[in-house]
Amino acid sequence: MNNLFGYKQRDTWLNRATGTAKLIGFLTLTTIGMISYDTRFLIVLSLLSVLLMKTAKIQYQEYALMLKFVLFFAIINLVMITILAPQYGVRLYGTNHVLFGSGYWTITEEQLFYEFNLLIKYFFSLPLAIILLFTTNPSEFAAGLNKIGVPYKIAYAFAITLRYIPDVQSDYRTISLAQQARGYEISKKASILARSRGAVQIIMPLVFTSLNRIDTISQAMELRRFGREKQRSWYQEQVFSRLDILIIVGSIIVGFLGITLLFVNNGRLYNPFK
Amino acid sequence: MTNKNSGFSVKAVVATGIGAAVFFVLMKFIAIPTGVPNTTINVAEGWLALIAGLFGPVVGLLVGFIGHTLNDAVTYGSPWWSWVIADAIFGLLLGLGKKYLALEYGDLSTKKLIQFNIWQAISNVIVWFVIAPIGDILIYKEAAQKVFLQGGVTAVVNTISVAIIGSLLLVAYVKSRPKKSSLRSE
Repeated sequence: MNNLFGYKQRDTWLNRATGTAKLIGFLTLTTIGMISYDTRFLIVLSLLSVLLMKTAKIQYQEYALMLKFVLFFAIINLVMITILAPQYGVRLYGTNHVLFGSGYWTITEEQLFYEFNLLIKYFFSLPLAIILLFTTNPSEFAAGLNKIGVPYKIAYAFAITLRYIPDVQSDYRTISLAQQARGYEISKKASILARSRGAVQIIMPLVFTSLNRIDTISQAMELRRFGREKQRSWYQEQVFSRLDILIIVGSIIVGFLGITLLFVNNGRLYNPFK
Repeated sequence: MTNKNSGFSVKAVVATGIGAAVFFVLMKFIAIPTGVPNTTINVAEGWLALIAGLFGPVVGLLVGFIGHTLNDAVTYGSPWWSWVIADAIFGLLLGLGKKYLALEYGDLSTKKLIQFNIWQAISNVIVWFVIAPIGDILIYKEAAQKVFLQGGVTAVVNTISVAIIGSLLLVAYVKSRPKKSSLRSE
């Protein structure tokens, strides 16, 4: 239906698993990865997610842009932290092993270790997200969200979002071309003021078509008695197979391991400096 | 707005869905440069202000949440939750002004527009300078100096963005609506 997330039919076990199972797996693994600062755990988790991505037969070209964005984001963040808070690692780990530099610019082992942790954390979830987005039919997400307990009206709103993003995008393109034909410049050649004016000329029509669209769609849904029952069934709903249960159990075991480490380490940080 | 018995009306469901779709497209495609490298005016926040003002806090919350989550997921792979939550709360706060603004009845005085702008500035500061950085520190253990700088810049840029785009949208919307007093019984 829409190709926004790079979903393609591929013949792998991750494609055959249901969206719900993958969603649960993704949320469990990314949440524990977000909480844990245990470097060993994070490295294992990253390796695991890269390995999973390899089995999903996703080509590098498909996610190259995303990887570059994350890389850019990570570099900017790490540079900012080094400049603004060069002693933050010392405060977190409680010890001070000076490598070089002096005064404000003292670079310590703790700081490098902390930033290394951050770097892993910026990257570990990317393969997991790529798997989720590239192997799951977008329509399955709504059914999956409803299945894990999100009220169906919210899940349905989410389904509408996924359904209409391509439409809004094409509206945007049409309006943009029409306004450019009328002489509004929005490319990099124009001055900032001219570009802003051009952008406003695109936003206005887009906003009003979208508001009209809300009216049309909600009338159509009301005519079909949407929201009458307490529950609804989903076209893309699937029954759990052994594979799905395996995915869920597997991710819960990894999550449990992460939680155990929180207790072993007496907190979220793994401290090799003690 | 019909169907009051089940809490979340059909129109609210659709407004959330379409609202988040437009939010996503605006966030991803329209970037007005500020002159400072890599800092762009986020047009999507102005749209969020309008949709929250029209449909209330719950729709505002969900549009911010869904729109930001999707944009992060498609751009960076996974959502940056503290900022997603911040955007959702921004939608919620602006939605609180729905009754007062009463946009549907086509009456937006200069006084109301100024009050709207004061409220959005306050909301932006609460959300980007308090909630987002605290979330970054609690959830991601980021360094305070860095996240408060980021939050501060975002608060300023977004306030300006909503002041321009948001106000323009509110005025344009109200102009397109018939005035409440435009019909008289005779």
